[in-house]
Amino acid sequence: MSTSLDAAVRRKMLANMLLVRHTEERIQELFLENVIRGTTHLCIGQEAVSVAMAEVVDATRGDTVTCTYRGHGHALALGMPLASLMAEMMGKASGCSKGKGGSMHLADLDVGLLGTFAVVGAGLPVTNGAALTAQMRGNGAVSISIFGDGTPNIGAWHEAVNLAAVWQLPAVFLCENNLYGEYTPYDDTAPVPNVADRAAAYGIPGVIVDGQDAEAVHAVLLEAVQRARAGGGPTLVEAQTYRYRGHSRSDPATYRPEGELERWLARDPINILADRMQAEGQLTAADFEALRAEQQAEVQRVTEWAMNEPWPALDETFEDIWVPSADGSALQEGA
Amino acid sequence: MATITCRDAVVRALDEEMARDEDVIFFGEDVGKAGGVFKVTPGLYEKYGGRRVRDTPISENAIVGAGVGAAVTGMRPVIELMFADFAAVTLDQIVNQAAKLRYMSGGQISVPLTIRMAQGSAGGFGSQHSQCCESWFMHAPGLKVCVPSNPADILGLLKSAIRDDNPVIFLEHKGQYAERGEAPGHADHLVPLGAAQVVREGSDVTIVAVQRMVGVALQAAEALAAEGIDCEVIDPRTLVPLDMETIARSVEKTGHLVTVEEAVRAGGWGGEVVSQITENNIWSLEGPVVRVTLGAGIIPFSAPLEEHLIPGPEDVIAAVRRSLDA
Repeated sequence: MSTSLDAAVRRKMLANMLLVRHTEERIQELFLENVIRGTTHLCIGQEAVSVAMAEVVDATRGDTVTCTYRGHGHALALGMPLASLMAEMMGKASGCSKGKGGSMHLADLDVGLLGTFAVVGAGLPVTNGAALTAQMRGNGAVSISIFGDGTPNIGAWHEAVNLAAVWQLPAVFLCENNLYGEYTPYDDTAPVPNVADRAAAYGIPGVIVDGQDAEAVHAVLLEAVQRARAGGGPTLVEAQTYRYRGHSRSDPATYRPEGELERWLARDPINILADRMQAEGQLTAADFEALRAEQQAEVQRVTEWAMNEPWPALDETFEDIWVPSADGSALQEGA
Repeated sequence: MATITCRDAVVRALDEEMARDEDVIFFGEDVGKAGGVFKVTPGLYEKYGGRRVRDTPISENAIVGAGVGAAVTGMRPVIELMFADFAAVTLDQIVNQAAKLRYMSGGQISVPLTIRMAQGSAGGFGSQHSQCCESWFMHAPGLKVCVPSNPADILGLLKSAIRDDNPVIFLEHKGQYAERGEAPGHADHLVPLGAAQVVREGSDVTIVAVQRMVGVALQAAEALAAEGIDCEVIDPRTLVPLDMETIARSVEKTGHLVTVEEAVRAGGWGGEVVSQITENNIWSLEGPVVRVTLGAGIIPFSAPLEEHLIPGPEDVIAAVRRSLDA
């Protein structure tokens, strides 16, 4: 299978991976500085999956995506403006969700992102519904649900994959297997060696791919998406990847065996694509550094902008709970 | 006006709305080819086909989630969860997702989803197939909650629920499916959500009841009328939104309030009605408020125990006396 994309697509994926990487690093700093509150789940090390996924999604034809609370990278790769993300992280009025969602509840319908779901397993059933709409309308759209390797242990996952298979919905179930469900290794909680093995139970294709190679992920997802668009039903894709940081803000990831992180750092998704492009004469070392500096500068600029953005007005607290009635009346507070 | 059953009203509302709007789709366990386990939805599968009327696996998470996702992307799904008790299996999709997606997305998303369920005691279904669950959903802002008591209201409220752009929990009392009542024959009968109905006018005491307890309250009112006690009976019809104006106006007139619910006392809607009246209208009250409920009861299987637990007219009569005699 050819996994080679043209230079422009490669460059876009590389730039997006750098954007995600530097955004996530900056977000962690902002948490430590108490500029961002609550918790956060970083995807540093998993960027190839985000950018490859985004390349196969076409929001203009109705494609949609659901993912988990580890969703900053997916949102940015899909095209959510960095300003929307950063302002949301800080709870500012100009955030994608007006500051009401935060790190775990990003949404941007313009880029097809229905939501980053903060309850494990909640996104897959919703992706089925979006895929059902596509099937009813016959518009060839697909819905992709992205989740971690802990998710196939919750009932909603099985209900959703089963229903998608029975109804032959245009859905793609994309697992980012980063080896740990929260703090616990995959092997301690799953009875089969691979997440993709579970596809057999539902009679759908299950494909394993190197999650550090953006082009390989892209090729597998493209095939799955094309199958779904053509009425061939859902596919389970397992992208094997790694998160360099802990599960969430409070996790130093001391449970990892010695040398594991270093082995994965040696297969960094940004370097893999950059090295390949350099070897094929599509990128110089200077280009690469310029691209990195450009993304870092953008992250810095937008961070400073977001820090100076206004808070939401306090009367926003009770707005957006219900859709107002056609006659203009809304439910009163405490209705 | 023709006389129809509650069962007829459900299928007629679905039929009229599916005919009116092709974005209305309907799915759930056994709702299609079998016409529903309560025989509430016959003929829809034959009329609208297997694309718009779908049988699902026994997978409540997947059913509600598919409803949410379809609603978010432009359809107007109606889903059935069969017994309301089963909502417990999928409370995440209802309470965390359907109810909150709009808020958490800063108003980007709307979820025009109707979730139908059958609830209530119907004689021998036991503890996990007989509960009245309306209060579970009142505690999740973002959901509307319908509790109709008769065919005309089922018809008009279900049609309004389907047209509503918010997620609506639509609870049908399974013990009432065979009950008959008058309903308009035309296809434009809509009952707005949030409008209580004064079912019986009276001047001495206000009784607030929903679903099957409306009939129980009316029986009590008739018995009390014989001894000169004039009861006003109010059916809120929806609990979110809750039409407190109509209830407060009645209490201002009568000075006495009794609530009747086929549900657990703690955290029930009766407590909410009483709280709002005491907060806002306490000087209207001329006696103690009384709630008729199941107490802390769990629905038992044995017939005499179940009949003992479920409120009857005698319980309402006793409650009215307490509110008046104190």
